[in-house]
Amino acid sequence: MSDDSSRDSAAGRDPEIERTEEARSSAASLFDLRRIIGGLFTLYGVLVLGAGLFDGSNAKEKASGLDINIWTGLGMLLLGFGMLAWMALRPVDVRAVQDEMDESDGRSAGTAEG
Amino acid sequence: MRLDLNWLDYVILGCYFLTVLGIGWLARRSISSSLDFLLSGRAMPAWVTGLAFVAANLGALEILGMAANGAQYGIATAHYYWVGAVPAMVFLGIVMMPFYYGSKVRSVPEFLRVRFNNQTHLLQSVFFALSAVLIAGVNLYALAIVLEALLGWPLVVAILVSAALVLAYITLGGLSSAIYNEVLQFFVILAGLIPLVVVGLHDMGGWGGLTDKVTANKNGGDGFLHTWQGTGVGDVTNPLGSSWIGIVFGLGFLLSFGYWTTNFAEVQRAMSARNMSAARRTPLIGAFPKLFIPALTIIPGLIALVLFPKLGADSGQYTYTNAIPLLINKYLPNGVLGIAVTGLLAAFMAGMAANVSSFNTVVTYDIWQTYIKKDRDDAYYLRTGRVFTVVGILIGIGTAFIAAGYSNIMNYVQVLFSFFNVPLFVTFLIGIFWKRMTAWAGFSALLGGTLGALATYLLYKADVVTFRTDLEETFWGSGVAFAVASVLAVGVSMFTQPKPEDELQGLVRGIGATDLNAGELVGDSTWYRNPLLLGGIALGLSVALYIPFW
Repeated sequence: MSDDSSRDSAAGRDPEIERTEEARSSAASLFDLRRIIGGLFTLYGVLVLGAGLFDGSNAKEKASGLDINIWTGLGMLLLGFGMLAWMALRPVDVRAVQDEMDESDGRSAGTAEG
Repeated sequence: MRLDLNWLDYVILGCYFLTVLGIGWLARRSISSSLDFLLSGRAMPAWVTGLAFVAANLGALEILGMAANGAQYGIATAHYYWVGAVPAMVFLGIVMMPFYYGSKVRSVPEFLRVRFNNQTHLLQSVFFALSAVLIAGVNLYALAIVLEALLGWPLVVAILVSAALVLAYITLGGLSSAIYNEVLQFFVILAGLIPLVVVGLHDMGGWGGLTDKVTANKNGGDGFLHTWQGTGVGDVTNPLGSSWIGIVFGLGFLLSFGYWTTNFAEVQRAMSARNMSAARRTPLIGAFPKLFIPALTIIPGLIALVLFPKLGADSGQYTYTNAIPLLINKYLPNGVLGIAVTGLLAAFMAGMAANVSSFNTVVTYDIWQTYIKKDRDDAYYLRTGRVFTVVGILIGIGTAFIAAGYSNIMNYVQVLFSFFNVPLFVTFLIGIFWKRMTAWAGFSALLGGTLGALATYLLYKADVVTFRTDLEETFWGSGVAFAVASVLAVGVSMFTQPKPEDELQGLVRGIGATDLNAGELVGDSTWYRNPLLLGGIALGLSVALYIPFW
């Protein structure tokens, strides 16, 4: 275990390690909650907005005269696009988070011993 | 009443559950160690854990129960939020979280083991497991009522199908997917409730129209539009049937602080945060949506009060609990209807999953690993955790039928809080602030407090003592638990030996430094992420929100 630290510097060039880091990075991106919320709400927005555009006067009458499907659909689309845009503008940087967590683990272990 | 769902509503419902189960399946493939499984590896950003914190509490019970309270008690229901939940969440974030997160414990009982002794730990683990499955049963029953009313399924079928769904997604992904699902659920619930409130208010002629109709209603009246009027001691005329002392001390300090600061289903959300700063911000971020949730639960309750005058009648098909399902049936066209039904189903999942996953953590680690099968490998406890998830759900099905025997599930839940949460809260609070408190003092405070609340409840049920309302009994039961636990905590400490100070590092205020900046990321020290500032704003807002509803 002791020579792990000397190998660390070469880690970036080790194809094995690079592959696992890529896998971790794509998993984190897939698991980005913003992608899941954004995707589902965009889909829901399209469905509900579509329902609002094509349903008849009965639906409007039921909702006390409001086109509630249209408004809800638009709101959900807005939230969906917002989440997806946020994700696109500020993607998760797995490597940075990992480094910071490693560093902080080291620091807190140090305090416990000291 | 039977809701008329069409293909579109079922597609919306189906997409939701495909997403939820998909996350669970993917999460399972990327989960490695058992700590990952249970605490999601402590890597969640604060906005995720903060919303999960609120969503874990925003179950079917919360939505149906608070709307029912809105119809029964009016705007005074807001006390549950503004004098109850929000101050308690601020207290948790600012005062309690440093002790929880800093000591790196995996569960609330584990904290008791280090602070007091094994016996206290085991007692609390058993109490906790018991209360988790009892409340899981309440959540399961609450949703089964919805399914029964909305989809026409028989109650027993609804309970079994719901239990199977919860089992599927917890065992497929564990807490990692539970936290993800809770945040997703949070948005779906809002997307269902907001249109309902908008349509309802529009139909009533706006807020002014609604208040006029509530004042004129024979079941309502002016008292339904105020929070503090008629709460004077000796002159109680408000619909809650309690004085301001009962509201502030019973509902606020004891029941709400007890619930929010010691309920592991909640605390576990904050423990999944990636560092101390994020853990402290978790309940504080959660406090902001919580401030405004009464608008989505109490307003439907008031509208239901106006529209369905027979709601609270002794005889009749519907109780206050049916307020939300009745409104959904009346107002929402297909499309939004599917969203609202999905939101209710999702809300139930949030509550039940939170109960079951915390049951599984406590039974696996606090009871099984600590006292029954020690020193096995990680894979063994991971498997054990999955087994206890199934066990928890099976017991939950049983306790759902106990809950079905109560006419008002909200009061049943408050009784459970007075048994289990209040004594724990008192024990914790004294243990954290008073280093002289001994191990056996912790044990006896916990046991005595619970027995005190239980005795109050049994005497009330046996008509030996009387209270104005069931709700008032829970305030008094909590008071008794508080008194008994405090007296025992101090009394027993006088006659037993305190723990040496070096064993209390980081566990008691003033002994050893808890590092409030542990694991700080770039940007965590920004002014708008300061816990004191966030907490102060949340408290200020909850006072300000009272002003228009004095």
